[in-house]
Amino acid sequence: MINNRVVITGIGVVAPNALGTVDFEIALKEGRSGIRFFEASQSLNFRCQIAGKPMVTEKYKSQFFDDYYQNKLDNNAIIYACLAGLEAWKDAGLTYHQDQIDFDSGMIIGSGALGLDGSNHAVFSKILKGNVKRLGSRAIPESMSSGAAAYLNKILGLGNRVLSNSSACITGSESVLLGYEYLKLGKAKRMLCGSTEGDGVFIWGAFDAMRILTSDSNVNPTNGSRPMCKSSVGFVPGSGSGSMVLETLESAQSRGAKIYAEILGADVNSGGLRDGGSMTAPNSNAVVHCMKNSLNQARVISDEIDLISGHLTGTKGDATEIKNWNKALGGTQDQFPLINTPKSMIGHCIAAAGSIELVATLIQMEKSFVHGNYNIKEIHPDITAEIPAKSIPVHTVHKEINTAIKANFAFGDLNCSLVLRKWQDG
Amino acid sequence: MDKSKIQEELKEIITVYVPDKKILDNITLEHDLINDLKINSAHIVDIVLDVEEKYDIMIEDEAIMKMATIGQAIQVINDKLEEK
Repeated sequence: MINNRVVITGIGVVAPNALGTVDFEIALKEGRSGIRFFEASQSLNFRCQIAGKPMVTEKYKSQFFDDYYQNKLDNNAIIYACLAGLEAWKDAGLTYHQDQIDFDSGMIIGSGALGLDGSNHAVFSKILKGNVKRLGSRAIPESMSSGAAAYLNKILGLGNRVLSNSSACITGSESVLLGYEYLKLGKAKRMLCGSTEGDGVFIWGAFDAMRILTSDSNVNPTNGSRPMCKSSVGFVPGSGSGSMVLETLESAQSRGAKIYAEILGADVNSGGLRDGGSMTAPNSNAVVHCMKNSLNQARVISDEIDLISGHLTGTKGDATEIKNWNKALGGTQDQFPLINTPKSMIGHCIAAAGSIELVATLIQMEKSFVHGNYNIKEIHPDITAEIPAKSIPVHTVHKEINTAIKANFAFGDLNCSLVLRKWQDG
Repeated sequence: MDKSKIQEELKEIITVYVPDKKILDNITLEHDLINDLKINSAHIVDIVLDVEEKYDIMIEDEAIMKMATIGQAIQVINDKLEEK
């Protein structure tokens, strides 16, 4: 069996607090918030009236898009995925041409509720008013779950496998896991992997109804997302997209590509909606199993881990997650590595969370820092009962990161964990 | 309405759907939207919607079939405007 080593050679991001990886690095370091107040949520009686939404400008789009994409594309999830994907592709030093097809490359671009993006309001209302005749050709691809990959591939022309996974909040990390496994098997030379989530009241509304969104910060939006904080009452919804070029080590080295990190191991599993696992809560045994499996596969012991990029949304699940990390890593309280999440700045970007957070992790590995967990006034006591406070930086610290582990958990009792190692030249 | 004005406005509408803009420099009435201008056939629906909005007219399915070339499209628009 072919067992290729798999590395990451390109990254791209569209986040609520930054467009592009260069600005994202600055935003992570300075703790820039992308959480804003949304009048539509207020007028429609939402409890949570804040969210994180990328401020995509026409100027930014014009760096990547032709006039058709610039002026006609409406669906935000698709726009974000195209921008992040093209940035990652270019960052990897790869090119594309409208007359060329590349059978050695494919893509896995997952999405969550792509068809519920606010832009589709126009489609729904035309249908409901009996004006179905007035729907244009974009109504299908801008509502199908594979729409982001389809539009992105119209530009790139990749001829290998093109897939759109959907697995709620692990969608992003799972897209990278799927690409990693595919490349290990030697089925392609490179895979563009990532995920995307749009925005608007149709996506946020159902979460609001579940009473799992922050409702205490409508007048002070930037303080709304407070993972691991004692006072946190829920998460803040976000949107955006992260993208990474995964490549076999052989392919990357043969073209002299810059390598960010190697994927050493990965695991995805389900708690089966059993043993405490449900539609909305994880089965902790399965979570620990998933984390441990990824470490075993990577042949990494917990002492080697420099950074944990957690899921940590700001709900009561945070303390459970910390307990599970502690269990998976062997439970020596003093030895617990640094842990963070960018969610205090960008909210929980749902299906895009995993990919955006992986890009954040790769930037921190590349630039040797660990960004702060902002907005924490007091760490939740259930968390400090498990791990030392020094493991939870509240400001950016300089730190060499060789090995990082990243996990996400999702509705439907799904878990995904990835182990990355910074690439050392030579 | 002056047909040359319609031609100018139609060109403006279709530009975004034409992959290679250079073809538009020497556009003639005989240019076929799909075969010569390489407009994806799915976008004919979009062009019809854009035209309907621009001129506040309705173009029936049968009329769409008659809009293969620039000249024919102008004719259809012109006829609809005269019906108004």
